[in-house]
Amino acid sequence: MSVNGQSVPRPQPAAASAAGKTQHAGAGPAQLRKAVVVGGNRIPFARTGGAYTKSSNQDMLTAALDGLIARFGLQDERIGEVAAGAVLKHSRDFNLTREAVLGSALSAETPAYDLQQACATGLETVLGLANKIKLGQIDSAIAGGVDSASDAPIAVSEGLREVLLDLNRAKTMSRKLQVLSRLRPKDLAPDAPNTGEPRTGLSMGEHQALTTAQWKITREAQDELAFNSHRNLAAAYDAGFFDDLLTPYRGLSRDSNLRADTSPEKLATLKPVFGKNLGAEATMTAGNSTPLTDGASTVLLASEEWADAHDLPKLAAVIDGEAAAVDFVHGKDGLLMAPAFAVPRLLARHNLSLADIDFFEIHEAFAGTVLSTLAAWEDDEFGRTRLGLDGAFGSIDRAKLNVNGSSLAAGHPFAATGGRIVASLAKMLHEKGDVNGRPARGLVSICAAGGQGVVAILEAL
Amino acid sequence: MSDKYTRLVSHGLGKDLAKRLGLPQPVVLRRHEPGRPLIDGPVLVQGSTGGADELAATLLDWNLDVRRHAIPKEKLGAIILVLDELAHPGDLEKPVLTAAASLRDLAPNARVITMSRTAGSATEPATAAARQGVDGLLRSLAKELRAGATGNGILLADGARTTSPAALGALRFFISGRSAFVDGQFLTVSSGAGQLPDDVEKPLAGKVAVVTGAARGIGAAIARTLYRDGATLILVDIPAAGEHLAAVANEVHGTALQLDISRDDAGQRIIDHAAARHGRLDIMIHNAGITRDKLLANMDAGRWNSVLAVNIAAQLRINEALLASEHFRDSPRIVSVASTSGIAGNRGQTNYAASKAGVIGMVRATAALIGERGGSINAVAPGFIETEMTARIPFATREVARRLNSLQQGGRPGDVAEAIAFLASDAAGGISGEVLRVCGQNLVGA
Repeated sequence: MSVNGQSVPRPQPAAASAAGKTQHAGAGPAQLRKAVVVGGNRIPFARTGGAYTKSSNQDMLTAALDGLIARFGLQDERIGEVAAGAVLKHSRDFNLTREAVLGSALSAETPAYDLQQACATGLETVLGLANKIKLGQIDSAIAGGVDSASDAPIAVSEGLREVLLDLNRAKTMSRKLQVLSRLRPKDLAPDAPNTGEPRTGLSMGEHQALTTAQWKITREAQDELAFNSHRNLAAAYDAGFFDDLLTPYRGLSRDSNLRADTSPEKLATLKPVFGKNLGAEATMTAGNSTPLTDGASTVLLASEEWADAHDLPKLAAVIDGEAAAVDFVHGKDGLLMAPAFAVPRLLARHNLSLADIDFFEIHEAFAGTVLSTLAAWEDDEFGRTRLGLDGAFGSIDRAKLNVNGSSLAAGHPFAATGGRIVASLAKMLHEKGDVNGRPARGLVSICAAGGQGVVAILEAL
Repeated sequence: MSDKYTRLVSHGLGKDLAKRLGLPQPVVLRRHEPGRPLIDGPVLVQGSTGGADELAATLLDWNLDVRRHAIPKEKLGAIILVLDELAHPGDLEKPVLTAAASLRDLAPNARVITMSRTAGSATEPATAAARQGVDGLLRSLAKELRAGATGNGILLADGARTTSPAALGALRFFISGRSAFVDGQFLTVSSGAGQLPDDVEKPLAGKVAVVTGAARGIGAAIARTLYRDGATLILVDIPAAGEHLAAVANEVHGTALQLDISRDDAGQRIIDHAAARHGRLDIMIHNAGITRDKLLANMDAGRWNSVLAVNIAAQLRINEALLASEHFRDSPRIVSVASTSGIAGNRGQTNYAASKAGVIGMVRATAALIGERGGSINAVAPGFIETEMTARIPFATREVARRLNSLQQGGRPGDVAEAIAFLASDAAGGISGEVLRVCGQNLVGA
């Protein structure tokens, strides 16, 4: 364990897992049962200001739930628990998930709670609920997330807010007038949400631009990743991959951000939008960064017994998850680099290396995020000084990365991304089945605001 | 979609006005409501054969008010004219003219139902003439009936009796409000196969049914009707229709399967879904269909091929998969939606009519194949039905189209669904290879 790095327990020799005799990843204490992914449903993701401009978070989450209920025949079913959340949330939506459940075709006796961990919200709902299933606390669960940047909450300014609260407390008319006289024109300007980090004032894009430059990620490499995302997502749609993962909503049947006809040449023509004042060449464009998006996703989780009793499929098991955070405030690591630490820790816990993973689902907040993470893993010094390893953590086979597209093409309604990835990955794993005599294995990695990251392992069933 | 005219002329001033001006006078049809009596008013069983006696005895068990002889001036709910022993056209006179005396006593929305034998199975020319005579008699009588009353016929093949399950099933269907928009039609009972339901309100209890094109219109109505009748549903539509499909699925407690039926593996996908969720499949309703209208002179390959691919080629491929499947073996039923366009033709619909006529050909030829495993296959041919699709027809054209039948109004999606639900039930087990029109006895192609 290094002192200032986030060192990871030393992995066992890879040969042990390759021999196939070791316990599969996730074999925890014997009394834990499996938590399985039955399937998922999401609505197509829409660019902000598009098809879902008039849809609230509750509308979209309810739609995603209803599609899931229809797919699996869950009408009037009392689900163990539903957990979802939104990053951009109105204060009136304090019980967003429960309200969505009440508006859905599920039994009104289904409990629900909201959760919020920035862009990791969706994946964290999966992990939290999967843990409850593993512990036997519940037999079924729906995890999810939703976000609307179109229907974003707009708050009154701090000055106006204080005046309004004081006004409410004022008892006499003269006192009320006195309070009102404090108002200044600038107080009337609304306070809209932004993606800036409260402690640095920098937007997420500007933060990533620092990291992208630090890891010397080229414009070409970022554009190539973006191109692959669009190409893979378009191919997945054409192959019908999303036919049982998605339910159309408000006239949209595909993600509106998807550009099936884009090319590296077209992407190369876009002007940089982030990192223009860094001195180094600016490389991050609207093409290799995720746009603001609206959408919702859900994942149906269950114990094996529950799935069997309901004659429902078992696509994959949720093996384990890990959260990490970095000190981006003092510039020690990039804002979105927490998964670079979480993944090595998680794999070490299961005696796995990157070579044991068949599908990598690394959320594409920006192409630069994915590439910086991969670069860090391939870097000897980062491996030694930051991960406490003998050298570089390793590299991945790019052919296994985001094979059905990811956020650059689909878009990224913050809290909805985890559900999108988990449901798609579970289906891919189930279709893949066995690899070298062991179940196919997938890794999910999601970076989040506040310097956080949540990652997870799923295995085919 | 609503027929304001029918409501206007159904009562009060509008009724008087329409009568004086000689305008069409459609009435609001009696439709099936769960829990309501099968029919209001006595049922006259006309005919003196053993088959008529047996039938009358059976109807008493249905708690109907059965008459063997008409009481003058008493309003009748239905007349059942049993003509199962005709040997010569001369045999028609007595029962037919006796029944004729009661026609003026029919209540609104009454029924006249003939039960006779198929002409094709007669070897004696005189017998065949008498039997075929019923066809002309009934179709003409249906055109004479007023106030929502309908006339339909049941044809018994050699192996069938007046009290065979499917004969009784068809009789119940024709008497009930389920057949509201079926008029001037015959159903042939080809065998003694079939089974009457334990619970007449839930004739599809325990059955697993697939409905294609279920997201809206007639398909959604079929889903609702099969659900009401007790079936467990799997609803199929193209992925792009998924939002509506999910809403219908949640309404009828079914599962939504987003699937383009023109995919090569559609049949297997449907079977896999049914097998995984329910262990089997009992009923397949081929409802999905598209139109790409164009005069043949202007027809292109895209329009022609897409209509043929979805409307008939997909059904053929899915049926092939079903008939090869071990999960579709227990009295399986297939019902396809054809169209009166496929019978009478329709200008601008050569592709559509070819596909729908193709459905009829397929149904007739598949009857023997599915019969080997105790199943049945039939088609329903809707006429003018009030749907979102027909609501887009220009007003004048639509108004003419919906009045051009004996009931002088368009049918509802639910009327088509009722006919399908009946043909999908075990009570219709002895009926196979048939095409039942749900068209209010449309004057075109009758």
